[in-house]
Amino acid sequence: MTTTATNTPVRRRRSFSRKDRLTLSAFVGIPTAFHILLVWVPAIGTIGLSFTFWTGIRISDIKWAGFQNYNNIFTGTPVFWDAIWHNIIWLLWFGLIATPLGILLAYQIDRKIRGHRFYESAFFVPVVLSLAVTGIIWNFMLQPGGFVQGIMGRDISNPISIYGNYDINTYVILGIASWRHIGYIMLLYLSGLKSVDPSLKEAAAIDGATEWQTFRKVILPTMKPVNIIIIVITVIDSLRAFDIVYMIYGSSTGWPILGILVFQNISGGGMSMKGAAYAVILFALCIGPMIAYLKQSFTEDVK
Amino acid sequence: MTTLIPEKKYKNTQKTKDRFISIFIGFFALAWLFPIAWTIWSSLRPYNDVIANGVFSVPDTLNLDNYINAIRLMKLPMYLTNSLLITIPAVILTLGFGSLIAFVVSRYSFKFNVALLLFFTAGNLLPQQLVFIPLFKMYLSIGDFFGNRALLYDSILGVVLIHVAFQLGFATFVLSSFLKTIPKEISESAMVDGASVWVHFTKIILPLLRPPLASLAVLMSTWIYNDFFWALVLMKSDSKRPITSALARLQGEFVTDFNLLAAGAIVAALPTLIVFFVLRKQFVSGLTVGSTKG
Repeated sequence: MTTTATNTPVRRRRSFSRKDRLTLSAFVGIPTAFHILLVWVPAIGTIGLSFTFWTGIRISDIKWAGFQNYNNIFTGTPVFWDAIWHNIIWLLWFGLIATPLGILLAYQIDRKIRGHRFYESAFFVPVVLSLAVTGIIWNFMLQPGGFVQGIMGRDISNPISIYGNYDINTYVILGIASWRHIGYIMLLYLSGLKSVDPSLKEAAAIDGATEWQTFRKVILPTMKPVNIIIIVITVIDSLRAFDIVYMIYGSSTGWPILGILVFQNISGGGMSMKGAAYAVILFALCIGPMIAYLKQSFTEDVK
Repeated sequence: MTTLIPEKKYKNTQKTKDRFISIFIGFFALAWLFPIAWTIWSSLRPYNDVIANGVFSVPDTLNLDNYINAIRLMKLPMYLTNSLLITIPAVILTLGFGSLIAFVVSRYSFKFNVALLLFFTAGNLLPQQLVFIPLFKMYLSIGDFFGNRALLYDSILGVVLIHVAFQLGFATFVLSSFLKTIPKEISESAMVDGASVWVHFTKIILPLLRPPLASLAVLMSTWIYNDFFWALVLMKSDSKRPITSALARLQGEFVTDFNLLAAGAIVAALPTLIVFFVLRKQFVSGLTVGSTKG
């Protein structure tokens, strides 16, 4: 009985031997189970936990909290709104300044201006560095007795506080983040540009189009898939930002941002499910761009 | 004849413009590299020299003492070893699993193919923080179940596994888009010959996958080596941490000797820099396969 039951649907497709079917299910099953267990189960768990009170010690201590964690965050935690504000500034900066600069760079380098190979590497080097290393390099530049303070005429005994100065620290952090982001965007865009048919550009040039016209009317439309991916990367990276701020301020709220607030509440001694709620808020903000990314990547397959 | 003149003129103005643009970008390129160059320069001189004579003073000694001391005092070889022990198995496992799924999804048509791919890719985009709390609890209870609390939590194995689970999405996505560009006839002949699935995978698909696997290996090694979030939250013993997470802590400890810290940061950056400059082509193509498809 069992053999006929399992054999009929198989024969309709292709004749798999029992061994082959076993291999195939193992090929898909093991990695999938692994991925679900370590990524999706915990992700859904966090969403559930965000509606509870728990200190993270005994499972039996979990108490239902309804929306109280969220309520607490939205109405009782001013630092949350500071963090949201910082994420928004980050996003605006990346979206309006850093990403367009990266695209502009890619466009110029793609035209093979003199030294383009060197420029490509130079702008890309920060991308291969760990953000831990980036943090140290910039802390080193900005510390008392460092290069920037030296330029400003401050010697080591007479420094100013850069990270503690609320008028400038935002720009300093965004500058450091852009140091990495611009190169990343440049490389992604550059690879897209290389796949643009060069005769299109030539045709535009012969028709007497200015460079800006060529870029706007010829390059941008043909680059639509890459444009979408780059927008999504810009948004998701702005929302998930964590490492560089952590390297500068540790887990303190010297310059609050969502990623740090989650970290503060879930790691170390005091775990609270407010952290889970923060993580869910962060996730909720990422859903839109995630869907855009998936849609862009899978439209072909779904058709 | 008349059309030739404006074209020539256009070419000439374009040439001057390009020269100007090149100089402008060149200036920024140098500014871009400057923080790294300055860090390397400073790491070659003693910090006391900077304190005594100022940041811009001409040093009387330039040597590798900071590097020698950093390697000794910061135990950099230990952390570097940890980094390798995490990165190499994680990359191999990710690519192995990724190839398996990509193979099945692109060579056999099942109903859930696209859904499966979507699911893996989406998993890769989730914020790490969303996964942490239950994962941490899971690691502890699995450890308790096997009677060894440090089986997954506070262990290299645990960090490797979560890296694999997360990066699997990207690897699967890149490898399956690559396989889709390869004609199925190659596989069909194997099936006609009656080769088993296992033979089909190892003898035909794996050799085909060599170029994207090389690119992904370079890219993922860099990512996993550079990450410090997972080791920061999933390890409590400092001696097990990879070099990037260790740097986050060393920064506080060696705040009094910044040039030593600079040397440490340069040592930590060296592997990725070497990989990037030697395997630049693979690096770039790996990064772009995933983003320019479609």
